[in-house]
Amino acid sequence: MAGSPQTMAGKVLARTSGRDDLSPGDFITARIDVAMLHEAFAICAIQMKAAGIEKVWDPDKVIVILDHFFPAPSERHAQGHQAVRSLVEQLGITHFLGHEGICHQVLTERGLVRPGELVVGTDSHSTTYGALGAAGAGIGTTDMTYVLATGELWMQVPATIRFELIGEPGPGVTAKDIVLHIAGTYGVDVGQYRAIEFGGPVAARLGQSSRLTMANMGTELGAKFAMFEADAVTSAYLAERGVTAGGFGPDPGCEYEAVYEVDVSPLTPQIALPHSPGNVRSVAELEGTKVDQAFLGSCTNARADDLAIAAEVLRGRRVSPDTRLIVTPASRQVALDAARSGAIETLLEAGASITAPGCGACPGGHNGVLAGGEVCISSTNRNFRGRMGSPDAEVYLASPASVAAAAIEGRITDPRKYWKGRIQ
Amino acid sequence: MTSRERRLVFEGRVWVLGDDVNTDELAPFQTIGKSWEDARVTLLPSRPELPGLVEAGDLLVAGKNFGCGSSREMAVTNLQKLGFAGVVAESFARIFFRNCVANAFPALACPGVRGSVEEGSRLTMDLGAGSLSNAQGRLPLEPAPYSEHLLEILRAGGLMALLKEPGNGPVGGPT
Ligand code: SF4
Repeated sequence: MAGSPQTMAGKVLARTSGRDDLSPGDFITARIDVAMLHEAFAICAIQMKAAGIEKVWDPDKVIVILDHFFPAPSERHAQGHQAVRSLVEQLGITHFLGHEGICHQVLTERGLVRPGELVVGTDSHSTTYGALGAAGAGIGTTDMTYVLATGELWMQVPATIRFELIGEPGPGVTAKDIVLHIAGTYGVDVGQYRAIEFGGPVAARLGQSSRLTMANMGTELGAKFAMFEADAVTSAYLAERGVTAGGFGPDPGCEYEAVYEVDVSPLTPQIALPHSPGNVRSVAELEGTKVDQAFLGSCTNARADDLAIAAEVLRGRRVSPDTRLIVTPASRQVALDAARSGAIETLLEAGASITAPGCGACPGGHNGVLAGGEVCISSTNRNFRGRMGSPDAEVYLASPASVAAAAIEGRITDPRKYWKGRIQ
Repeated sequence: MTSRERRLVFEGRVWVLGDDVNTDELAPFQTIGKSWEDARVTLLPSRPELPGLVEAGDLLVAGKNFGCGSSREMAVTNLQKLGFAGVVAESFARIFFRNCVANAFPALACPGVRGSVEEGSRLTMDLGAGSLSNAQGRLPLEPAPYSEHLLEILRAGGLMALLKEPGNGPVGGPT
């Protein structure tokens, strides 16, 4: 190879731009491998047609799904879905995933994203695909319209920073706690204009679901991409989905802008206070804070293993009458798995409300929007002012175990009282 | 004036905001689909008086990580609708910056700008030259450079305008 050793991001962009001499800061035009659109598809398709273009560049590479507002909470949203369905038909989009769940969850659980691919999505948390070794980035609708028409997009080559995760996570400490700790320690802009690689012995041991949680939160670190090496864990996950994929990682000797070593051994359960994912403390410091709502949902933490942890915490216990627990599985498949495992039954017995899969309350859309003055503990990724409803509501971000524990007491509490499990 | 000569120099009165202004402040989710009149009064809750005071051609100066959060493009187009002619920030969140380029909304990242500019003063941003100046002359700051390709998009009036230009459509449809 002619070029110098590249990080994972560098390798993806070198391949997709046809250049092997890339350096951070270079502007390139990249060819997109997968374009993911949720409800924004209607805007993009209409905009594309208004520009006089009647065909998408490759209907096989475009994936459309309805997740933010399904089932439609209003007539206007229903009309939006109607528009999406009819445009999908007109433009011959092959991968229309209907309302199977949250976009990032459904694409990964169906094996539609592979290691080393360049994926763009009309959703900021498209960094999630980095859990599979893909370079996933969120873009706006106009950028996406350009992609639909041409299959190309300008990009600036990011420098890469690497988090080396070492040590041994203690009982009750999850991937969410690790990534919140990183946001709290290094700041919500540590990854700005940059690609992140999560590596080291802890990353290598993490299962796919934990990797998805951390790559998802890469967006809250400001990153363009947030990637794990595709290894045997990735290959096994994809093989279960009928996809054969080899490994994908950085070139030996590639250059990082910075390498941060994060020892996870001393970590306790973490929580982000209103109104920033970087406003992080240990859960113990918030012990006793009253919560009106506990929300277990979103592309960050609403997979089958997350629901299983919540069920373990709540088995034989009741949700406090002072609060409410809303559980929104990340996808229909997740809901099915959790139904079969008995987790859904346990959660219902404990007093949880289970909603249809999708984004639900995460972006303040429906199924759990907050009133002014209310406090919510949430397994989601973002707690900006007004994110889940009223600008006068307060949202705390934490792990599924912490959310379930708070639901029992109606107050924030250290989840290790109820759950001392070890994450995978 | 052809679109290719669209100017890249903007002069205006400055409003100053802080760090980490996010997309839920620039485009609250609850306002999506609402009329502009209903939406505009809810923008920038940390400076609720501001939407009523901005005049066409004003410039925005902000701290670091401006526009962090969602990919929603209204975060950019709402600023355009309020009348802002451009924004200079210590740094931008990446999707927001992309959306600025796509909508031909001049956005310049410039470390040190917040300490160098006062609210109410006048500022000139020159994207072509990559410089900032006030009445006294050029400020000793170094804005991040634009590539020729990005300037091209801005001169064209945004990505959609570029797409409509002859020869810029899909190269031959799906192959
Ligand atoms: S679950 Fe929340 S963060 Fe994830 S895609 Fe939906 S709205 Fe965005």
